Amino acid sequence: MIPVPPAIQRFPWKLMALLAAICGFGLLVLYSAAGGNWSPWAWQQGVRFLVFLGAALVIGRLPLRLFEDFAYIGYIGVLALLMAVELLGFVGGGSQRWLNLGFINLQPSELMKVAIVIALARFYTQLPPGNTRTFTALWPALLAIGFPAALVMLQPDLGTALAISIGGVVVMFVAGLPFWWFGSAAGAGVAALPILFSMLHDYQQKRVLIFLDPESDPLGAGYHISQSKIAIGSGGIGGKGFLNGSQSHLDYLPEGHTDFIFATMAEEWGLIGGLALLFAFFLLLRWGTRVALRARTRFGQLTAAGLTMTIFFYIAINLSMVMGMAPVVGIPLPLFSYGGSSMLTIMTCVGIILAIENDSKTGTRRFH
Amino acid sequence: MFGKKSPPITEAWRGFTFTRRALVVGGAQAAVGVALAARMAYISVIDNERYVLEAESNRVNLTLVPPRRGWIVDRNGKALANNRVSLRVDIIPDRLHNKENVLGQLRTLLRLDNDAMERIERDLKAASGFQPVAIAEDMTEQEYSSILVHLPELPGVAPQRGFARNYPTGAAVGHLIGYVGAPTAEEYEKVKDPLYITPGYKTGKDGLEKYFQQMLRGKPGAKRVEVTARGKVVRELSTQPDVQGKTVHLTIDADLQDYVARRMGPESGAAVVIDTHTGDILAFVSMPSFDPNSFSDGISNSEYSWLRADDHQPLINKATRGLYPPGSTLKPMAAIAAIEHGIDPSERHTCIGGYRLGSRFFRCLGTHGSLDMPHAIMKSCNSYFYWVAHRLGYDAIAPTARLMGLGEEFQLAGSNQRFGTIPDSAWKMKKYDQPWSASDSLNAVIGQGYVSVNPLQLAVMASRIASGRRLYPRLVNRQFKNEALPFSAEALATAREGMNLVVNGPGGTAGRSRLPLDGIAMAGKTGTAQVRGLNTGNGKGGTWRFRDHGLFIGFAPVDNPRYAISVIIEHGMGGSRAAAPVAKDVLTFIYDREKGMEALETFEAGWGGTIKERMDRNYAAWKAGIAAPDPGLAQ
Repeated sequence: MIPVPPAIQRFPWKLMALLAAICGFGLLVLYSAAGGNWSPWAWQQGVRFLVFLGAALVIGRLPLRLFEDFAYIGYIGVLALLMAVELLGFVGGGSQRWLNLGFINLQPSELMKVAIVIALARFYTQLPPGNTRTFTALWPALLAIGFPAALVMLQPDLGTALAISIGGVVVMFVAGLPFWWFGSAAGAGVAALPILFSMLHDYQQKRVLIFLDPESDPLGAGYHISQSKIAIGSGGIGGKGFLNGSQSHLDYLPEGHTDFIFATMAEEWGLIGGLALLFAFFLLLRWGTRVALRARTRFGQLTAAGLTMTIFFYIAINLSMVMGMAPVVGIPLPLFSYGGSSMLTIMTCVGIILAIENDSKTGTRRFH
Repeated sequence: MFGKKSPPITEAWRGFTFTRRALVVGGAQAAVGVALAARMAYISVIDNERYVLEAESNRVNLTLVPPRRGWIVDRNGKALANNRVSLRVDIIPDRLHNKENVLGQLRTLLRLDNDAMERIERDLKAASGFQPVAIAEDMTEQEYSSILVHLPELPGVAPQRGFARNYPTGAAVGHLIGYVGAPTAEEYEKVKDPLYITPGYKTGKDGLEKYFQQMLRGKPGAKRVEVTARGKVVRELSTQPDVQGKTVHLTIDADLQDYVARRMGPESGAAVVIDTHTGDILAFVSMPSFDPNSFSDGISNSEYSWLRADDHQPLINKATRGLYPPGSTLKPMAAIAAIEHGIDPSERHTCIGGYRLGSRFFRCLGTHGSLDMPHAIMKSCNSYFYWVAHRLGYDAIAPTARLMGLGEEFQLAGSNQRFGTIPDSAWKMKKYDQPWSASDSLNAVIGQGYVSVNPLQLAVMASRIASGRRLYPRLVNRQFKNEALPFSAEALATAREGMNLVVNGPGGTAGRSRLPLDGIAMAGKTGTAQVRGLNTGNGKGGTWRFRDHGLFIGFAPVDNPRYAISVIIEHGMGGSRAAAPVAKDVLTFIYDREKGMEALETFEAGWGGTIKERMDRNYAAWKAGIAAPDPGLAQ
């Protein structure tokens, strides 16, 4: 038997295989969506994946202490970037989501999804247990979530604002805040839906209305949902076969390589492909949840749970959208959709969860 | 809180709560995952059939290929109406977005003029959403490809390589053949045939095109193509060829038809030529006419108003819809009636320049002296026939007139006839509640008064006198009995002899219209029909529309008749002056084409060119004329 060096043994092979499987499947779909071409999407996405996977592995090697120490500074820094974006947009006379750093278009709202989870995890780690059910446990967290979420809403980017909120709220939830707070907040939210709705932008309102009745505007904004459902539904159980999807190849399916890539996949791979992908995502989320449960520190627990939720939120919202169960919000499918920003966020999440996993393998459990 | 003591919050409790809540979150995530899987299974398994259909209807575009219309050919197989390849572009109003922009682009690309834009706007307003509206037909390859290139920016615009109806001789066959056009919304509503809203499909709108629509139509082909969301054709999946409509064979002689139409010149009138062996109509002309090619392409407002404004009425088929007092052309028929009622054709009557009936004096156009029947016909002596009519009464003559086809509506393909009046006492009593008078008889016998006929009837009368049989005119091979007329040989011979003398006798009224041929002579009878009252004005000059009509009926050859003809020149100021020369040239052309063409070319040089050249020039002048008062409007 060939002895495997410990350095190699310490690589998270199973996780890497899972990520590569998801992304590799995505590359095949991108290849098909480009009409049987590696360019312009597939090869670039592949390279990007390798780079970000490397970055995730590096992040996973960092000591967890580092994230905890820099949690607040990181959060404030990202918040400053968000405001800078808002300010630039204001000066430039239009909504803007990026900061052009020369070599990359940085989207601070993506970083905020991670930063909010880490900052709140640190906050609840430091909070004395006795205060868990007091107001002291609530208002700083609400402010920390509300401020960036409001900034992102101004951009306007409903999907990202929801992602930031959900990540933060889940950290609050697993931190042990009273259950009925969440229950009554949800109730109040439902009651306030009409008011929230009226605060949305016209195009966002339209998307919601059309989501409720896509057939009302089959050639307009309901077109996305209708065509996506046609693509998935016509795929059937086994799909039309690789490179044979008419909906995507004849351009009936809009955004077939980004937000609606699941429909492109389902048309060619059918229900079997869809279930396989869902199963792969299940494995990924199960890994994240297990890491959270086994984490050595409270910070690790909360962070892992929050980041897992962030990944889940992407998947759930995107799939609901393409299957006509949620309004069209611009949220890509993690590791699958073409695009760098979301992959950056997801791989950062994966890297940090990996760091928590590595941390739990060393030393004993401690909770503060 | 609220009395209930919470458990003490410790780190252990916190860890326990975390585990519990994390499992709740994980469970919720799993539940959502299961719901998503179920949803996907529902869409792709339960609803699969529906979505497969929808994907197919997205992908596959079924287009009908309009069938090539059957040809209409003459007796020798020469095309009177055929099809030519045409590059066309239509707008489907339902798919049209941003109309102003699209029309503006089309206008620039195809260099459409104001007339065309006006027509397109009018058609767009009239068409229901799914009905194609023609933008342009007969585009050049260049124009066509410029549309193809810009197609992605032109929603609702449908270019097509197809066929268009073509009438090689244009206006010469306008009234005979009719024309085709895109089906109207009402026609589509009636049949709900998708072919009716296929761009490029035309139905017969008038004349034979309409009458033989079912035969000419053919069966559409179909083309299944794969298209992208933007309507770009990716590939053809399958094609079923169209079946061309059947050919309609007419009795018409295309060359003769064209010749007759051209020989009418700038006059308003009609001419019909009939084969006296069979009743075949060889030429059927009403002039001026319209160019059916213009109608088939969708006529412009301005061209249509030009046609409507013309006082020569090019839109009316005068051969069957024009009613005229036949004038003296009825005299040979009256002669037959007279003989049948016992008048001896050699019996002489003296013309003193008129005929006295009671206190009224009915004028003759001359003072002809003593005449027998053939010479009375030759001189077209009114006095003689006044005398006959006074003796017999018109009730004796009217049945003969009807046997000659006057007042009769024929079963003639595609024609819409006004059949006029052959009056008698019963008719007058019914219509005016007045008894018939002797002066009515006198007026009727010279083809005035209540008598009115159409040019086709006159040609039929000529063919019946020439053949002695009750010939029925026909445009297609339709069988009629054509039995012998119940007249004595003597009666027919007398009428023919009189008509022979009209052309070939010394001092006949059509003496100047003898055929310039060896051994073939024409017989005929001139007629001049007053437009104003009999004794007011002389009808020989002055305003065009108050001048007398010139009429002529005839046949040739005299001894063994083969061709019968009728010619009417509206306001031509006399049969011998206006109508007989036309008949002469037409019959000359039948026997000697070169000689006929020679005569025609001389005339056309004087008139200013062929029909098309003259029409184009008149139209241009008319357009310039209406544009002139307000040059600011026209670009």
